[in-house]
Amino acid sequence: MQIEMKGIDKSFGSNQVLKDAGFVLSDGEVHALMGENGAGKSTLMKILTGVYTKDAGTIYVDGQEVHYKNPQEAEKAGIVFIHQELNVLYDLTVEENLFIGKEIKNKFGLCNQKAMRKKAEEALNRLGVHISPSEVMSNLSVGQQQMIEICKALMVDAKVIIMDEPTAALTQSETLVLFDVIRSLKKAGVSMVYISHRMEEIFELCDRISVLRDGTYIGTKNIPETNMNEIVKMMIGREIGERYPARNCKIGKTVLEVKGLTKKGVFQNVSFEVKAGEVLGVSGLMGAGRTEIMQAVFGNLPYESGSIEIDGKEVHIKSPIQAMRCGIGFITEDRKVEGLMLEESIEKNIALANLSRVSDHNVMNRKKEDDLVKKGIEELHIKCFGPNHECGNLSGGNQQKVVFAKWIYTDPKILILDEPTRGVDIGAKKEIYTIINELAAKGVAIIMVSSELPEVLGMSDRIMVVREGDIRGVIGKEEANQENIMTLATGGTI
Amino acid sequence: MNTNQKNIANRVQDLGALIALVVLIIGISVVSPEFRTWSNFLSLLRQSSINGLIAFGMTCVILTDAIDLSVGSVLALSTVLCAGMITSGVPAGAAMIAALIIGTALGMVSGVLVTKGRLQPFIATLITMTVYRGLTMIFTNGKPISNLGDSFVLKLIGKGNLYRVPIPVILLILIFIGFFFLLNKTTFGRAVYATGSNWKCAKLAGVNIHRTKIIAYAISGFMSALSGLILLSRLGSAQPNLGDGYELDAIAAVALGGTSMSGGRGKIYGTFVGVLIIAVLNNGLNILGVSSYYQDVIKGLVILVAVLSDRKR
Repeated sequence: MQIEMKGIDKSFGSNQVLKDAGFVLSDGEVHALMGENGAGKSTLMKILTGVYTKDAGTIYVDGQEVHYKNPQEAEKAGIVFIHQELNVLYDLTVEENLFIGKEIKNKFGLCNQKAMRKKAEEALNRLGVHISPSEVMSNLSVGQQQMIEICKALMVDAKVIIMDEPTAALTQSETLVLFDVIRSLKKAGVSMVYISHRMEEIFELCDRISVLRDGTYIGTKNIPETNMNEIVKMMIGREIGERYPARNCKIGKTVLEVKGLTKKGVFQNVSFEVKAGEVLGVSGLMGAGRTEIMQAVFGNLPYESGSIEIDGKEVHIKSPIQAMRCGIGFITEDRKVEGLMLEESIEKNIALANLSRVSDHNVMNRKKEDDLVKKGIEELHIKCFGPNHECGNLSGGNQQKVVFAKWIYTDPKILILDEPTRGVDIGAKKEIYTIINELAAKGVAIIMVSSELPEVLGMSDRIMVVREGDIRGVIGKEEANQENIMTLATGGTI
Repeated sequence: MNTNQKNIANRVQDLGALIALVVLIIGISVVSPEFRTWSNFLSLLRQSSINGLIAFGMTCVILTDAIDLSVGSVLALSTVLCAGMITSGVPAGAAMIAALIIGTALGMVSGVLVTKGRLQPFIATLITMTVYRGLTMIFTNGKPISNLGDSFVLKLIGKGNLYRVPIPVILLILIFIGFFFLLNKTTFGRAVYATGSNWKCAKLAGVNIHRTKIIAYAISGFMSALSGLILLSRLGSAQPNLGDGYELDAIAAVALGGTSMSGGRGKIYGTFVGVLIIAVLNNGLNILGVSSYYQDVIKGLVILVAVLSDRKR
């Protein structure tokens, strides 16, 4: 199926998000759509699939002009959009999720369990994932849930599949499985639109890249004829320089030492240390227990044995409050669920972890609060209308900066970052790396959990690899590369 | 919508309940000369004080993403215990202070069940509501306690006046100011909103969410006991079925005031306006001679309209 979108305009109120946007999708290609957050990629795809109506412009599918009024019409025509936000019903089983709204019925109009089970198993096998159709959705990892979403699209025989950040929550191995599936679908003549911020993946997987900037179509490049720098330049309109800014800071003495931390079935005998001014990268597959270890160090997940020492003294951390008193800060994996109050203002979010700092005897001090929040907005370059801007309306990068501001001013000695740049665009990513470097330069010991290998390699002084709750090894910056990290993460030895 | 328009829209919505209140007052005043007198206005405020005090406490609980169904039973149990103490010779002042402490403790029990016991707030307070009412019945043997003597403090709290303004009204206004300060100007207030807005985030940011919820329930218990004392003073006896169904009026007032039932969003002045709307409806419809069966239907419809108009854009 061929799609051409031309001269698409779209405004929300007085805010024009698309201005002469478009792109051409050929038969059986994997086409990357790139641009910074807010460039209009998702909006353009939502117009294609009938979620939004366009203000101007034309859409041709196989040479015919089309207007899909809703996603169902687009789906009938063979165009499926897999959204970034998971669209799953957590209390139902995998099978029920796959067939929701399109249950196979027998002649009495009742659900035909057997037929559905068979078709579900087939579809799951085709994806190469080992998930039981009778498993309840909430028992699956985020990665597995995403796989079910993709499975759902495959089951309606889509001719064009649009994927918005499909690998954001997938592990390396699940990503490889997904890529295999995408390649085999491509061979079968299915076209794919692939929206992602991950350059490496796009260059590995896609045939062409189209770039949008500020809602306008910039250009299309064949992958073999371009390079990452050229694409970045198209996306942001200027050179960005090094993706990972250099850091020159003195690594001091050990601040945090974890010894033999164990929680049965989750992590065992975990020992590591972090020094002042050091960035310790933590790598591993999704579900390896990285997040759980960090939650335990922060007192949010009880552990059974082991000890934690800070500045050489043993501490007993049983709650986040105690962890904060010991000088630990924690930027969580999922800022929308755990990091922010989305309906609240920037001000209230930043103040939340700093309540004692912006109050006198438990009474809020307006001026101290204003000063702190203004400082945060200025120092971290948070793009907003002001301190009262609701966090839910900020871009991913700016939301993350609010979370950073919230924690930086607690003056942590140790800062744990769990996926600090997930869902953040390239420009903002670099700003966040710069913030991390500045903190390290001030002598903060930083632990950075990340699923993006290039990021771990680019930012860490040492890299700790976790597999199934075990520390498989710690590799210095000089020796580390994608291969030896993946070898450790998947159970091999080096 | 740009931010400016949005702000204006927000503000209009914030004022929605207030506009409804003003319209109601003007409307009823036009048709009823009896309604629009100063003395009726004061007695309307006095009537609203019972529900008002309970609703303020309820707001605190609902803001943390919980609910307190036990308020009516807490009111009854603390009040009959107070009356019991008075009839057995305890000085009225001491008995009243004891009642406030008992009410606070009864509220805390709900809070502990919700936090440490990990019960759903609805279920936890359904349990305490039932048990407290049962205890009230056991204590009173199902009969009212009267012959409370003529203690000055007990009379003062419900029947007293200061410059012709009833003491319950003064209490209502002072406590409203107290709640406004507590919720908007203190770290505890921030903790309440944060707990209701996103408890995971609040917990990780160092907010003691268990303590916050328990205190919210304790406040609710205290307010129930306080309004119980006003009732006791006015009625001169403690009925075991005192406060039955009061949780519904309180929740209605909170909802009318625009507080989100899932916590995190809402204003105490909204609750005050909600309380006044309910009071004006009760008082106005009575004066107009509307049958009480119709009154309930009208009240329900007013709440429906208010909540619909307050729905998130």
